Amino acid sequence: MVATFDDAALQAETTVASTATASLQINVAVNGTPHTLTVDIRSSLLDVLREHLVLTGAKKGCDHGQCGACTVHVDGRRVASCLTLAAQVDGRQVTTIEGLSPRDGSLHPMQQAFIDHDALQCGYCTPGQIMAAVACVQEGHATSTEQIREYMSGNLCRCGAYVGIVAAIQDAAAKMKQV
Amino acid sequence: MRPFTYTKAATVAEAVRVVAAADRETRFLAGGTTLYDLMKLNVETPTSIVDINSLSELSGFDTSGSNELTFGALARMSDVAADPRLMREYPALSESLWRAASQQLRNMASFGGNLLQRTRCAYFRGGEPFACNKRNPGSGCAAREGVNRGHALLGGSSACIAVYPGDLAIALVAFDASIDVLGPNGQRTIAVEHLHREPGTTPHIETVLEPDELILRIRVPVTHLGRGSTYHKIRDRESYAFALASAAVAIRMEGDTVQDARIAIGGLATRPWRAREAEKALIGQPLTLLTARAAGDAALRGAKPTNDNSFRIELGARTVADALMIAKQRALAS
Repeated sequence: MVATFDDAALQAETTVASTATASLQINVAVNGTPHTLTVDIRSSLLDVLREHLVLTGAKKGCDHGQCGACTVHVDGRRVASCLTLAAQVDGRQVTTIEGLSPRDGSLHPMQQAFIDHDALQCGYCTPGQIMAAVACVQEGHATSTEQIREYMSGNLCRCGAYVGIVAAIQDAAAKMKQV
Repeated sequence: MRPFTYTKAATVAEAVRVVAAADRETRFLAGGTTLYDLMKLNVETPTSIVDINSLSELSGFDTSGSNELTFGALARMSDVAADPRLMREYPALSESLWRAASQQLRNMASFGGNLLQRTRCAYFRGGEPFACNKRNPGSGCAAREGVNRGHALLGGSSACIAVYPGDLAIALVAFDASIDVLGPNGQRTIAVEHLHREPGTTPHIETVLEPDELILRIRVPVTHLGRGSTYHKIRDRESYAFALASAAVAIRMEGDTVQDARIAIGGLATRPWRAREAEKALIGQPLTLLTARAAGDAALRGAKPTNDNSFRIELGARTVADALMIAKQRALAS
């Protein structure tokens, strides 16, 4: 991608101090580690995670907020990282699937539950499913299978592992409460 | 995607001043779920973006007022949907929020931005080689003779039959809500019902807002019809899809008789569609399956189908009728 801003006339018209360049510096904490990054102004949070920080857990499925494969948490809330401009996470905390499990190498209860309930086939949607599922439980939206289906509907699984996913979330919801 | 300049506005006044001074290709950025999506498709091509997310005075909402409920333009859909008072007193408003999009998008999308979300018409989003008068004025409308199963039955023109896709605006129209907007010449108030324009010969002009006007807040008058309300949404799948037909209805019953009614329909028209004839047909009548269906028929009166969408006349009428029966249960229980 060419990162130059070539419309000099428009630049001259801009009256208030703005970032009239094609790149932008952001400060963002990802999985607890602070980063200062210079990014193309057009970058999504997903692009920054995958291409600058090599955190490739979050996936670029549709790149239009329709599939949920890019789901991460920003300040503790689940978002579609593909529709989040990198500029919008300046000064904020991002958690990805890579930051979900404890540093001792054990798995988060939701990760273990996905294994136990065979909640995936190809695995492409799984990081997004798990990040959405953790948020679903934390929001209090995992109290019934009906509610789990409603509040997980933003995450598509083309393999059709939905039955296992719902079972895994019910299982993990009980275990997350105990922690 | 074309490069753009990026400014973070520190105050509401500054946001408006910057956009007013810039060219018409400048956009306010709130949640970004429509704007950034359409920028990736080169449908929106702003040269400059003014990020308003730091304007904390626009982010709150208050559902406890005795005269009106107020929602800041930056209140997030998920936060408002989960408000216990709204769920109890105005279920149609809460449902119109949580039945839209996904929780990820609702955590991002703002109240003001949601009202301005643009159509999902595939020819509008798809770009070349398809003609679209909304995207490229004067190029024609590929939908009229194309795949138009999801297109509008009401409020369309020969230039455009794209559906207004939102849910929240339908419920707001039913509740006579209004918005306060700020422009370079000061503040004004617009009824949500009058915010969106029918396409006519200028489908690229979608609202009565000027490009440099910023929505500050949305106001909903307190009403005794709130508890007896619902937002009923019919989709190709049970969740996370746009409406094939939807209805926001609110009623007050006196015994078996409808004392007052509000009906608006979504997914069927080029703008949020208040169905006043349907309301008139109901008021003073007993609410039965028969009268509910008659109201549904009245709501769809004047519908003009294209090749693939005539089934949604029946679907729309039944959606209104079902919504009325749900609202009746709630009105009688309250």
